[in-house]
Amino acid sequence: MKQYIIRRAGYSLLSLFLLSLTIFLFVRVTGDPTALLTEPGASADDIEAMRHQFGLDQPLWVQYWHFIASFLTGDLGQSFYYRTPVLDLYFQRLPNSLLLAAVAMALSLLIGIPSGILAAVRVDRFWDSAGKIFALLGLSLPQFWVGLVLILVFSVYLGWLPSSGSGTFLHLLMPAFTLGWYFAAAHMRMTRSSMLEVLGSEYVKLARLKGLPEALVIGKHALKNALIPVVTLAGINLVVMINVAVVVETVFAWPGIGRLLYEGVTFRDFPVVQAVVVIGGSMIIMVNFLVDILYALIDPRIRLES
Amino acid sequence: MTVITPPETATLAAGPAAPSTAFWRSRGFPLIPVAILLFIAFVAVFADVLAPHDPQIGSLARRFRPPVWQEGGSWAYLLGTDHVGRDVLSRLIFGARVSMIVGVTAVLVAGVIGTLLGILSGYLGGWADQVVMRVTDTWLALPALTFAIFLAAIVGPSELNIILILGLVYWTRYARVIRGEVLSLKQREFVRLAIVAGCSKRIIMWRHILPNVINSAIVLATLMLGVVIVTEASLSFLGVGVPPPKPAWGLMMADGKKGLMVGYWWLTVFPGICIMLMVLSANLLGDWLRVKLDPQLRQL
Repeated sequence: MKQYIIRRAGYSLLSLFLLSLTIFLFVRVTGDPTALLTEPGASADDIEAMRHQFGLDQPLWVQYWHFIASFLTGDLGQSFYYRTPVLDLYFQRLPNSLLLAAVAMALSLLIGIPSGILAAVRVDRFWDSAGKIFALLGLSLPQFWVGLVLILVFSVYLGWLPSSGSGTFLHLLMPAFTLGWYFAAAHMRMTRSSMLEVLGSEYVKLARLKGLPEALVIGKHALKNALIPVVTLAGINLVVMINVAVVVETVFAWPGIGRLLYEGVTFRDFPVVQAVVVIGGSMIIMVNFLVDILYALIDPRIRLES
Repeated sequence: MTVITPPETATLAAGPAAPSTAFWRSRGFPLIPVAILLFIAFVAVFADVLAPHDPQIGSLARRFRPPVWQEGGSWAYLLGTDHVGRDVLSRLIFGARVSMIVGVTAVLVAGVIGTLLGILSGYLGGWADQVVMRVTDTWLALPALTFAIFLAAIVGPSELNIILILGLVYWTRYARVIRGEVLSLKQREFVRLAIVAGCSKRIIMWRHILPNVINSAIVLATLMLGVVIVTEASLSFLGVGVPPPKPAWGLMMADGKKGLMVGYWWLTVFPGICIMLMVLSANLLGDWLRVKLDPQLRQL
């Protein structure tokens, strides 16, 4: 087990290293980094000073070392637009993203799990087909399209919900649903296939042979085991949700991390863009690591196999 | 986006069609999706002939005209006009061209890079495999749209850049799957015999492995087409995609968003329907091809 954890940790560290290398190389090699790292409209003298200050006249590996060292000490640079450290901005927005992700996750599980169970119990019947269409739409429809249609219906025509901004619970509903639908589709598929697998297992057959009512067999014996992979997926997706909400947050002007990324791009505030990408990637690498460890703890076959 | 989609067990139920039936007449052929895709391709090719107006030049005198069936609409502008008086229908027609060109080319770029690296990584093994797979793992951890926005912020938006960015972001999906296939092909008799016969590694990869993974690559490409089009539209919507005044569907929706609250619904709804139809069609076709062409990919 210890060996397994060490090896996994090694892979994750390697991934983090490659992530930083990727970001570094794309910034330095594709064109002139001074154009990105200095403020728009800077004079030639300023640019020259900046070039020296960032060490851009030094060899690449020295530059990379500086880049890594500043990241490890938590220095992600200054925002051009807000004139504050990027990390402060990030942590200001993080609670909003967490709130949105949590509500979206709750909605996606509330929709995904029951419809997945229903689809598995009634394979190839009406509810299964309905669920398939729901999942297909959720995975295919662009989020900005869903968001704009919701605004058109619930804000413009019905006038029930505020079209953008934050503050009340009502502001959360439409963005959370838009974000949640995509993930509800994934959770539904996962619940369905996992449930199908469990329903064919020996202990479910035994429960049925004992003459237990079908509701008890499905609700207690099958569901408990079928939910394990779904909960794992949901755990990963919660972290993913925080990092992929850029379109949803832009449509509904929700002040989270996605919105920060959008502002970074619009205001040509490159340090912000870079920070969001680096932190997002690291977060996902780390959650993947945790899930791997968790799985190995639960299931000895995994750690013995590899 | 990095979401793990579980295997579709239901697709196993759909058995392969009898070999004698023609391709398009076999069971469950997605006729409507294919027709929609062909129609969009047709419109994209003949956009110059089909569009009633210039998509990039408008007149402020006729801005915000509603579609023809609403009060104030006219037959000259069937689907209305936008905030600078450009004909929405003409822009949609030329937008089909942008979506098709960007979508198809980006899928090809990603497919070529991913397939080649997947074959090299799977067949050569060793450090080449390690490098490719570690990079793949790392890049897959980055949310695709975020990564694409980051790249677009560096190189600046243009049609060519968007294609390259999408290719760079999505090749990892191919590499992962193709590598897996190559690993199992490597153990097959015909590859071993080729080695015994003294074929060079290059010849084996080119003549024996590549033809056997091309089916999977095609299936993946079709499935990726929908994803790539959504990403392109999202980038345009966020203002880092195809630069204006070129008519891209995502860009039209971003422009139209401002008019939504005052009731100019046609500016967002029509391009939205176009994107939706194209993506749904691509996904339905991809799902069908997956079952039809490649039993191994049913687990995808």
